[in-house]
Amino acid sequence: MTRDWLKGVKDEYDAIIIGSGLAGMTAANRLATCGYSVLLLEHHYNFGGMATWFKRKGGHIFDISLHGFPIGMIKTCRKYWSADIAESIVQLKGIRFDNPQFSFTTSFDRADFTDKLVNHFKIPADTVEEFFKFARGMNFYDDQKITTRELFERYFPGRPDVWRLLMEPIAYANGSTLDDPAITFGIVFSNFMSKGVYTFQGGTDKLITKMKATLKANKVDLRHHALVEKVLLEQGRVAGVVCNGRTIRAKSVLSNANLKSTIHKLVGDEHFSPEFLREAAAVRLNSSSCQVYMGVRKGESIPYVGDLFFTSTHPEFDTEALNSMAVTSRTYSFYYPDTRPGSDRYAIVCSTNANYADWITLSEEDYRREKDKLIKGVVDTLERYLPGVSAKIDHLEASTPRTFEYYTRHMAGASFGTKFEGLKISQNLSKAIGGLFHAGSVGIIMSGWLGAINYGVIMANEVDKYLRQDVAVPAPVREETPPAMSESHV
Amino acid sequence: MTNDQIKQAVLQIISVIAPDEDLSRLKSDVALREQLELDSMDFLDIVMELRKRYKVEVPEADYGHLASLDSCATYLEPKLKDK
Ligand SMILES: Cc1cc2nc3c(=O)[nH]c(=O)nc-3n(C[C@H](O)[C@H](O)[C@H](O)COP(=O)(O)OP(=O)(O)OC[C@H]3O[C@@H](n4cnc5c(N)ncnc54)[C@H](O)[C@@H]3O)c2cc1C
Repeated sequence: MTRDWLKGVKDEYDAIIIGSGLAGMTAANRLATCGYSVLLLEHHYNFGGMATWFKRKGGHIFDISLHGFPIGMIKTCRKYWSADIAESIVQLKGIRFDNPQFSFTTSFDRADFTDKLVNHFKIPADTVEEFFKFARGMNFYDDQKITTRELFERYFPGRPDVWRLLMEPIAYANGSTLDDPAITFGIVFSNFMSKGVYTFQGGTDKLITKMKATLKANKVDLRHHALVEKVLLEQGRVAGVVCNGRTIRAKSVLSNANLKSTIHKLVGDEHFSPEFLREAAAVRLNSSSCQVYMGVRKGESIPYVGDLFFTSTHPEFDTEALNSMAVTSRTYSFYYPDTRPGSDRYAIVCSTNANYADWITLSEEDYRREKDKLIKGVVDTLERYLPGVSAKIDHLEASTPRTFEYYTRHMAGASFGTKFEGLKISQNLSKAIGGLFHAGSVGIIMSGWLGAINYGVIMANEVDKYLRQDVAVPAPVREETPPAMSESHV
Repeated sequence: MTNDQIKQAVLQIISVIAPDEDLSRLKSDVALREQLELDSMDFLDIVMELRKRYKVEVPEADYGHLASLDSCATYLEPKLKDK
């Protein structure tokens, strides 16, 4: 007999949250502080979704998605979590680039980027100023037709080196390409440029532990090993979920699962109009990732070589090459002892973007071979910059799109949710099915730690609105533009 | 609630959302955004707090009415007259 992970769960809640990613946890916290009864169901044994970490023999600890986020996280954590969480956020100052077009270290903020663009790339100061102003001014209500490519053509024509500086880090941060709407670049880029790149001191484990404690203090019923199989509907409205085979009723359900899985698997196509399904089918998933985790042996150290390192031997920025298995464009995150004050350990995590399709078709044997190749490429490249480092590494492991799919259940192992068009579908889900909401990486701009948390808040507001209506009467059809989307969400 | 009480109520909400801001010299006829570092998430917070505290709903399309303290009070007065 397996353990009953739902022991003590009540028969009904005001809100059930499916998934404990940052958006799911934040929405749960907001709703609980509004006084609602909230149940959070997570299929994994850990909370946090992609905001996660794992431990390995030898005292190693690896963070998956703690590479950096914009300063906006401080305010967001203070408002929607606690001052205590916000206070652990610190700046990462050494962001390094090395590729055939340029090689330097930057603090990755507007002042230093202006200096690099003017003095290194010889772009007129006025152009740089205008570009920053334009990018910062972009918000959701702007023309969404212009692509990032067109934006770059306008300000930096014929300058693939500048394009790479501007684009490569953002492509890593949210999987966006030159052909996505420029707003997906403008918002995220401007958020970083505001004050640089920040991290959570103490590691992802500390953050999630604190969030869990806050959720418990606010009386959220938290459950892991709890896989939601189905969202239950009655008369076209949400009535609850089936989790681990058990029915739990709820007035509202907010899904933090992937948008497409929510629609097609958790609800089922038969409950949507053909028109809605057509629009949902057109939503493209974002790319996936590969990572290589390198643990430095206890007692060994590596010199400070910066915090984030973007390296490539590819001649210029190129989305296809960035996602391909033969990729040479990689981001290394260096974790020094002060990542977790009190520790004396070093770790390095290398991330690359990846196509799910490339990895899913491989036989077990080919899969293993490709993983080994991935690891070798990553370590050999690092050895060029840090001679002798491979001898200090005593744990090596890789994850691929298959790994991400397995742990998060995201379709195609999508690392950053969906492309831009997914946002509208996500926002309109409750119009199609009363009481059903989605919050989680969508539309590129609502991804990343900051985007996910803020989107959790935005959707908690919608759930609150819904629950305050007399839930016995059908929800009125709302004609709305998405809630105030602008500069600060991501 | 009177016009003045509404302004006080909104100020009270802002003081919770933006605890670092000095609200003592806030001009009620000038846009909040010009005087304080408020972003769109802060305005969403104001809307959520208004709903929570006073059961008043500010639809998306009306967010513009929350620009300044004066315009907030003018807009909310009919909605809050019995509260
Ligand atoms: C390799 C990598 C590196 C990244 N680096 C950064 C970075 O440096 N900075 C940054 O800001 N962002 C980074 N990100 C992005 C960031 O981690 C994500 O955007 C964010 O954490 C997503 O949060 P979310 O709320 O959308 O949900 P997710 O984290 O995707 O969580 C969804 C949760 O739902 C659960 N779930 C799904 N289906 C079910 C079900 N049926 N029943 C129960 N539970 C279910 C999953 O198990 C999961 O826990 C990175 C992402 C990846 C993949």
